[in-house]
Amino acid sequence: MAKTLAERFRSAFVVEDRWKLYFEGLGNTLLMSFFAVLIGIVFGILLAVILYTNKRTGKLKILSFLSNLYVTVIRGTPVVLQLFIMYFLVLVSVKSGILVGSVTFGLNSAAYVSEVARAGLESVDEGQMEAGRALGLSYTKTMVKIILPQAIRNMIPALFNEFIALVKETSVAGYVGIIDLGKIPGIIQSRTFDYLFPLLFASLLYLAVVCLLTVVEKYLEKKFSKGDRKLVYKKRFGGKKKCATH
Amino acid sequence: MCNTLTHEKEPLIKTVDLCKSFGESLVLDHISASIYEGEKVVIIGPSGSGKSTFLRCLNMLETPTEGSVFFEGEELTHASNLDGHRKKMGMVFQHFNLFPHLTVLKNITLAAVDARLHANRKQKAKLSKKQIVAEENEKAMTLLRRIGLENKANAYPATLSGGQKQRVAIVRSLAMDPKVMLFDEPTSALDPEMVGEVLSLMKELADEGMTMIVVTHEMRFARNVSTRVLFMNEGKIEEDGTPQQIFDAPQSPALQSFLSKVL
Repeated sequence: MAKTLAERFRSAFVVEDRWKLYFEGLGNTLLMSFFAVLIGIVFGILLAVILYTNKRTGKLKILSFLSNLYVTVIRGTPVVLQLFIMYFLVLVSVKSGILVGSVTFGLNSAAYVSEVARAGLESVDEGQMEAGRALGLSYTKTMVKIILPQAIRNMIPALFNEFIALVKETSVAGYVGIIDLGKIPGIIQSRTFDYLFPLLFASLLYLAVVCLLTVVEKYLEKKFSKGDRKLVYKKRFGGKKKCATH
Repeated sequence: MCNTLTHEKEPLIKTVDLCKSFGESLVLDHISASIYEGEKVVIIGPSGSGKSTFLRCLNMLETPTEGSVFFEGEELTHASNLDGHRKKMGMVFQHFNLFPHLTVLKNITLAAVDARLHANRKQKAKLSKKQIVAEENEKAMTLLRRIGLENKANAYPATLSGGQKQRVAIVRSLAMDPKVMLFDEPTSALDPEMVGEVLSLMKELADEGMTMIVVTHEMRFARNVSTRVLFMNEGKIEEDGTPQQIFDAPQSPALQSFLSKVL
């Protein structure tokens, strides 16, 4: 290995326009993550609402049994095997690996999101539901307009924890031939016999995605914390210390 | 313990053999009572006597174990349009239960706008959502002006004092134009200096002729504002009479002992 760092850098990025490969992989990773998060949120919150409704009202017995079963099975088995099952057994006729990946990771994430969302729903004071119902709002309307907005605010940190894990988890997609970002360093190494820059750069890209997610998280937390006691206090006093220290 | 007044009209709210138990314990024991339009009924009694549970059964926040509740002649336990009936029964809670993620104005208009939209759809009327929202906002502002909080319209509940919160909660119910107001210990969670402002708003409502059912420990309010007092003990209405009868000539030993403790 008499190559200089500059040569190794060139072969990792410049030769044959290899830099494009990283972004292709990144694109696939983002695509899969995006749809997986979407499926995870929608399906996960649905599961949570079913479980919550059953616990509070005793209704939806069968649905809540199925939801519980779903969460148990999904959380109890490795995501790689779930991916294999989907790719080789269930969605055999689906050509797009990305699609199979999105669905698998989405359905997997939903199980985790459902627990996060359930905790969020339960963190909302029971009086809120009572006040909504006493005003003549239906259960669904109260859920959508009053309970969920407050629950989501409490869910955000744990929810993003899940999404951050999800983005990195999609890197197992390489097992079924999906060219995602996690697969790229291997591909390039097989041509250059050099892992250094490919691994560093791919990791850097994952890190960038996660940092971006964190920015979104902070933004959403702020947006949903309207009416929050601490924020209101800060606004009123401009964050100044009121304590006199002379 | 029957009411000495004679009523030609149907009662606004009537319960027949109302029972409620939580697990093993029987909280309401075959309560039959009638409440007529215009009455200001105060329910008193020791804690655990079932006052709040009784009140919460009237709008089905608690589902009765046995017996029935009638509102305007319709049975609520099996009503298909329970939400519709609830719109006509305002309820004020001990802990205010304002919606913390919505502004004061939105707290007041949320359900009112929803109800109007619902009615609009049924009647196929031509009012747009915008018009309805504007009208409800105007109405909410009138209500806020009445309680002197018009400058808080766009504030969030967390910025209000307890007394202000409860007054907003009261006008939130009023925005629905209810036929009856249920108050569940509306002043019990307030600092002492804020009790007065809430009680005086309630007295105003009473003077305007609002039908009210109030669970409270404020005996002075019960004596001065109510037209009828129910004394509950161990899941039963033990005494039912005018405030004078209840406070000046209590019959049952339980009421006598209760009054000796609270007066």
